[in-house]
This record gives sequence, C-alpha cells and structure tokens, in this order.
Amino acid sequence: MASRDLHGIDPPWGEFRHVGRASRKVDGLAKATGAAVYTDDISLPGMLHAKLLRSPHAHARILAIDTTRARALPGVRGIITGEDLPVKYGILPWTQDETALAVSKVRHVGEPVAAVAAVDEDTANEALKLIQVDYEPLHTYTDPFESLSRNDPPIHEHHKTGNISKHVHLSFGEVDAALSRADVVVEDDYFFHGTTHAAIEPHCALARYGAEGVLTLWSSTQISHYVHRALAHVLGLPAHRIRVIQPCLGGAFGGKSDPFSLEFVTAKLSMLSGRPVKLLYTREEVFYTHRGRHPMHMRYKTGATRDGRLTGVDAKIVIDGGAYSSFGLVTTYYAGQLLTGPYDFPTYRFDSTRVFTNKPACGPKRGHGSVQPRFAFEVQLDEIAEKLNMDPIEIRRRNLIAASTTTVNGQRITSNGVAQCLDFVEKASGWTSRRGRLGPGRGLGVAASMYISGTNYPIYPNPMPQAAVQLKVDRSGLVTVFSGANDIGQGSNSVAQYLVAEELGLALDQVRVVSADTDLCPVDLGAYSSRETFMVGNALIDACRKIRPQLVQAVADKWKVDGTRIRFVNGVVGDLEDASHSMSATEAICLAEERFDALGATGAYNTPTLGGDYRGGTIGASPAYSFTAHVAEVSVDIETGRITCPNVWIAHDCGRALNPMLVAGQMEGSAYMGVAEALMEHHDVYPSGLHKGPSLLDYRIPTSVDTPALHALIVESLDPEGPYGAKEAGEGPLHPSIPAISNAVFDAVGIRLRQLPFTPGRVLTALRARAKEVSAETARAGGPR
Amino acid sequence: MHLTVNGDVQDVDAPDHWTLLEVLRYRLGLTGSKQGCDKGDCGACTVLVNGNPMISCLVLAREAEGRAITTIEGLMPAHLGAGGVGADPVQDAFDRCGALQCGFCQSGTILSARALLWETPNPSETEIRNALAGNLCRCTGYTQILQAVLLAAARSRGVDPAPRSWETPPPPKETP
Repeated sequence: MASRDLHGIDPPWGEFRHVGRASRKVDGLAKATGAAVYTDDISLPGMLHAKLLRSPHAHARILAIDTTRARALPGVRGIITGEDLPVKYGILPWTQDETALAVSKVRHVGEPVAAVAAVDEDTANEALKLIQVDYEPLHTYTDPFESLSRNDPPIHEHHKTGNISKHVHLSFGEVDAALSRADVVVEDDYFFHGTTHAAIEPHCALARYGAEGVLTLWSSTQISHYVHRALAHVLGLPAHRIRVIQPCLGGAFGGKSDPFSLEFVTAKLSMLSGRPVKLLYTREEVFYTHRGRHPMHMRYKTGATRDGRLTGVDAKIVIDGGAYSSFGLVTTYYAGQLLTGPYDFPTYRFDSTRVFTNKPACGPKRGHGSVQPRFAFEVQLDEIAEKLNMDPIEIRRRNLIAASTTTVNGQRITSNGVAQCLDFVEKASGWTSRRGRLGPGRGLGVAASMYISGTNYPIYPNPMPQAAVQLKVDRSGLVTVFSGANDIGQGSNSVAQYLVAEELGLALDQVRVVSADTDLCPVDLGAYSSRETFMVGNALIDACRKIRPQLVQAVADKWKVDGTRIRFVNGVVGDLEDASHSMSATEAICLAEERFDALGATGAYNTPTLGGDYRGGTIGASPAYSFTAHVAEVSVDIETGRITCPNVWIAHDCGRALNPMLVAGQMEGSAYMGVAEALMEHHDVYPSGLHKGPSLLDYRIPTSVDTPALHALIVESLDPEGPYGAKEAGEGPLHPSIPAISNAVFDAVGIRLRQLPFTPGRVLTALRARAKEVSAETARAGGPR
Repeated sequence: MHLTVNGDVQDVDAPDHWTLLEVLRYRLGLTGSKQGCDKGDCGACTVLVNGNPMISCLVLAREAEGRAITTIEGLMPAHLGAGGVGADPVQDAFDRCGALQCGFCQSGTILSARALLWETPNPSETEIRNALAGNLCRCTGYTQILQAVLLAAARSRGVDPAPRSWETPPPPKETP
C-alpha cells in the first residue's frame, strides 16, 4: 500500500534547500500584523450571541427547568436545554457519556444546563438570570479514593464499574522475583496535581445553518475531523451536510481536543433560529471546561543491582478523572504504557485506575498521561543513584534502551538519540564541574524521557488513512496544499510548505497551504499525540512523489535528455550535464500541464502494524519515539521555602529538525510549561466543587519575569520512517523538566520533593523534617550537641 | 463618541459600558487586539494610548476619547508612511525569530515591545523581561520573544544580534 511506503531520509535533489533551515512561518507576518483571523474575529450578518447557564452544584439531580420568563424577554431568539440535544457523545466511541447540556443531572460545578441565543450578549446574559432550575443536591465526590470505595450514589448511572472509569493491569515478566533479587529497592508515594492548558484564546464557536441544509461550524478546535463526526452523531445530520472550519487557533495544548458543548449548542441554536450563532467562553468557563492534566496518586517500587542496573518496576496509580470519560481510557493506559523507555526495563508491572469525581473532567494535556509517571519514576531513579552513591547521569546511562529494539511491553523503538541528549545537557550545564559547587541552596538535577510521534491507534478504529493531503499544481507556478491537519500554532502548515517546496524543488513562496476545512481538505485526524509532522509529512512526500515524475518527464522530453539529469532547485530547473539548459519551475509546470492535463495528486499515510500482542498492546505504540534529557538548575531560599529555577538545559532528539527554529520553539515552550507545573500552577476545587481560582491571575502561569533561561539543544537521530527522518518535538520536551527540578532541589538542600506542586510550604515542611533527621543522625553518631 | 484610532477619527455608537477592547473589536473591526480574559490578567488586548501600553479591556471606550490609540493594525501603515518597507521592524523581528506560535497574545506583546523600544532603544534582557511582564504567552516560553526584541533593537542600531539558541555554530575551520 502506497501510504505505507518508506520515503527515505535523503534530500530529494542532492542537498536540502529548505529542510534544516530557520525559514519563516507561513502565517507569521499575518499574526504579527493582526491580520490573522481567529474564530472570535469572524462576524456574520444577523449573527446572534449565545450564552450558557451553568450548574452551581457539583452533583445534583435536575428536577425541573423553567425557561418561560427567559423566552419572553425581548431579543431572545432561542433557548435550549438538555432535552433538545439528548444524544450522548464522547471523544472515544466506547465511553460516550457526555451531553451538550445536562440531561437529568449535573456532575460538576460549571456544567452547562441551558443555552440562550439573543441579539446581543447583554440580552443573552439577562435571559440566563430568568431561567429557573430546581436541583436536588447529591453527595459530592472530590476525593478519588472515596470514588474507589463507594458507588452510592453513582456519578454515572448504568456505568458497569460504578465510579471507576477505567482499570488497567498489565504485567511483563516476573516483577516480584526481580525485585526480591535486587541489591537495592526504593518504594515511595508520589503525587502529581491537576494543571490546565490555559491557552490564551478562550474556546469559541460560530455556527451557520443555511437554507440549503448545510451546517457550517467555525470552531477553535484542534481536531476538526472528530468535531465533524460528533456533530453528525449528535445533531442527526448526515456528515456530508456539515462543514467544519478551524480558523487560526490561539493555543490548545490538548485543551481543544474534545468536542465541546459550545459546538453543539451554536449549531442547534442556528438550526432553530435560522441565524448564525456565536458563543465565546469567558475565561472562567474555560477553567470549568478544563480537560487538563489528571491528578495522579502514584506508588512506585523499583529495584536495581549494585552496579545500577534496573531489575524491575512496579507501579500502582490512582487517577482522578473528574466527571466524564473524555480521553480517560487512553490516559489510564498511557500512565503505564509510555514509561518503558528511555530505560531498559527487564520486568515491569502497572496497575492504573481512573475514577470519576465531581470535578471538571480531565483529559489530554501536552504529554498526555505520561508526564505524571515520568515525574515519579525519574525522582525514584535519583533516589536509587543516591543509595548507590552513583552520579545521576551515570545511572541513566547504564540503563539506556538501544535503538532498533523492542521495549518490555512490546513497543518498537526505531531511532534513538537519548545518549546524545544526556551528553549535551551534561556538557552544556557544566554538570561535572558545577554540580555540588554552586554554593549553599543551589543545585543541578537531571531527568530523561521518551514520547510518541503519533499513535497507531486512531480514536475510532478504521482502516482508512490516518493522514491525507491533496496537491493542486497549475500554470501560475503555485502549488496549493490542501491538508486536513490542524495548525494550532505549532507550525504544521509551515512544515507542509517546507516539505512540498523541498520535494518539488520549488521556492517557498510557490507553495501555499489551505488547512482544516472539511469541505476542502482530505481527512486528517488532527493535532494530538504529536502526530502531524510525522504522519502528514509522510503523506505530503507521498503526494509529491506522484507529481514529481510528471514534471521531470515534461522537461526531459523538451530537452530530449534522460530524466535522471534533471534537477529542480528552489524554483529553477537545470540539467546536470548541460549548463545551457535552464528554465523556471513555472515553465516546467506549464509543460507538464500541457502534457498530462490538469495536475494534482493525493497522498496518504498509515502506521505499520505496531504494538504488543495483548489487550491494550497497541495503546502507546508509535511509529517513532522522541527522546529528551534536561538538566535544571535551582536555587532554594531556606528562609521562605521558595524555589527559583534560573536555567533549564533541554536536549531533545526530534529526528531531523525540519526547521530548527520551530523545533527550538517547541522545546522552549514545553520546558516552560513543565517548570510552570512544578513551581506555580495548580488546578483544584474546594470540597464544594467550586474552582479555587478560575482566572489567569489566580491560576498562576509564568510571566516573562518568572520563566527561566531556556537552552535548547537539538539532537538529530534520523528516523528511518519519519519524513526525511523527522520525529516530534512538541510534547516530549515537557516531561523531564518537573523531575529535573525535584532532583535539583535534592542536590541543593537534601530534600526529596515527591508531591507537586513544589510550594514554599512543602519545601519548608521538608526542610524542617530534614533538619530533624540530620540532628538525630548527628546525635546517634555522638557528634556535637 | 469620537475615537482617534491609528490616525483616523472614528465616530462610534456603542453602549456606555463597553470597553475600549469591545469597541475596537466589535464596532471598528480591529480584531487584531485579542480578548484572553476580559479582566486585565493576560495582556492580549494591550494597545498603545498616547504611545504607552494600556490594557484595553480595563478601559471604557469613552475614557479613551481624545487620546491617540494605536492598535496592532496601525504599526505597518505607520512604518510604510514613514518610508519603511513591509511590516514594522518589531513585527518583522517577531516573525524572523519564530516568536509567533499561536500568535494570539502577540499583538499585545508586540505593542508593549514597540513602546519599550521607543523609550529604550537598546534594552537589556532584564529590561525586556520587565517590560513584557504584563503580556502572558503560553506557547513560547518567552525565549524567542526576547530574541525578537533584541533583534529589532540590534537592527535599529545596525549591528548583528548574538546568535540564537537554535543556530548551529559554524563548523570549526580546518587547520593546515
């Protein structure tokens, strides 16, 4: 099958002209000048504004909703409640447990209950106040351990496993025997708190249902295709009568991966009112929409030999899922499945359980499911190094998994540059000369990680391509790329331009990209699991290699030479053996159009068959894995307990860096987000279910003053299956920042921080405990009193 | 009310409680100013009022009457009007350095940077970090933003900025 062909890692015309260079982005100047159009920037004639009435209760039965007074308010053009959109949906076909508006009960504070469309926002807000909802409050679950042990009342009636959302238990090899043979065993509890995406653009959707029966939805989504499918499913419209367009997107980080209430509500209200309807979430609503990082309570037990070789890892994880399933089934697997690199685990067992609680639902956030276990394990590995009196980088080196191998849980590893990542951060941070010599309260810590470049597991199982593109080439000399992929700021449209220009030998400005419009573009599964560069890149090369022979043949015939002599380079065509032969690529395209009629091609990509031969073995299987290592430098104020992090060195193996500037941007953005999660951010609710700080002031994301100096060091282990050898760069580089900070704090002041976030209070408590330990040790040793 | 925006005097009819941001976006069609929080926390709506950065979601439109407002849309025309080529040099430097990922916060950030460079043409990294502390960015980790401001400042003085983190050092010269 063509879409599974390997395209090789070599430059198509002898040497790279665009790949590997710091070219500008296709949309950079449009964004810089304010010309780029985001969803809320669009207004349509006759447009109505919608608002949602949200639940003040964390868990309650809805006894009655009275909208009579609201309907009577002048300017109100439509009101809907759960009964108007009763069809359940959810991103995963097996766990569809959400409705656009609550039906019969609410499961978290802020859950949408009713929606109003009115001539302006003020009228819509006024109407919300006139809607009367009678609730019967139910017991509120905010502690995941309570949900583990108690099902009455259930959060989801008819859920087969009560308040347990998903349970996974997988075991590889004789873990207990391996641990009992180990020379050193460390066992501890770790806690990763909730954090959220906080993209600066709030979610927004605009729907227009036309008289011809076609629904058009502009939405700030990172997965237009799944929104398209979900709309068809919930609205009962055939998919071919729905068009989903993702305008310019103001940040996502996983937070715009689910289909959301506003997309269904605007669509339905437009169908009922006959007018376009827009809904823009307030910042507070974005916090209640959440889908952020799952809090995880983790117990890890790891054994190693005297010379630092791992013998086995045993993990037990309780995951606080919030009120709905979202991606939770995958999260529960990822929490275990993605830990088996970059170190070679001889044996491994994990038991992970996701429970429902009455909180905004968790979902995928940058480094989905694997950032939390990575934190726990990398801190535990440091503890083993400490017990063995071994350098933390050395213990990691001794356990690195090789390239071209298979992990203990059956994941195929192709390229692997993790050893070089460790070398780079060791050297750049001055590890050998500076560690232990930075002065009081200062330290260095290291951590490493591995992440997927796309997943071979589509959200809904199907044998169709996971990525597809279409090229249109015409006599103007322009190639238009139609790509279903969602550019969410990471630069996937820019990467498409670089790859097509490289492969067809054109200048960059000869390639323009149209993306994420379901009417215009072939289906792509969207921006998640770090799949776009890898999968869409391969699909683009596939399409180009159908056009290229036509261009070459048309020129070769004109010059009456063999096609192997022809070179397309940056928009100019030449002959390797006759310098008098030259024409522009545009002239060549005209010749090809004359010879072959209208020019165009499609290209596609599907992953090879991957994964372990057991239930769940394909979850976490990726065609390639990226690798990362960080060294973090910290300074701990022992009076206030405040940690500052002045420097992070980030080495990341992204395969071939198609544009090192964009790769560095992803690495720096990832590390920033990790540092933020470690030191500043906390998404949490009070026992009532009310959010503790649903604003960008209270949910503290770092400013330019809080952010460390971030040093990006690119490692390129060319992957045999990536486009020209490329892999992902957008999620992997987040993982090690958090454990590297914890490990640096240990180096600085001798305390192990196993609970996130690393607040001054936690630091002071640990410092006091440490001081007591030290004085007890001193007393035992008969030292000075 | 009458607002002076990007050099044009505009006659606007809007409810009294509308903020400057709302009027710019939803009355004047100047959607380059973004709303990220609507309560002064994120800085995405930053505009220049008499040349100084101001958070337009915290100002009623009426309060801005009689003052010169510059939005992101105003920079390139002003640059061209002064005989320049293309986008304003600060806008161009943001693009050149990869500082525009999702781009949503950057119109505000670019305007803050523009005001800084008018005031302090050769800022230190600390001065840049301080000047941009009111403009939250969730994508970049600020590194490429700092590089962009340094690049714009260096270019205005006609000097080369220091190499950026992702720029590969040139291969060592062969010794005979």
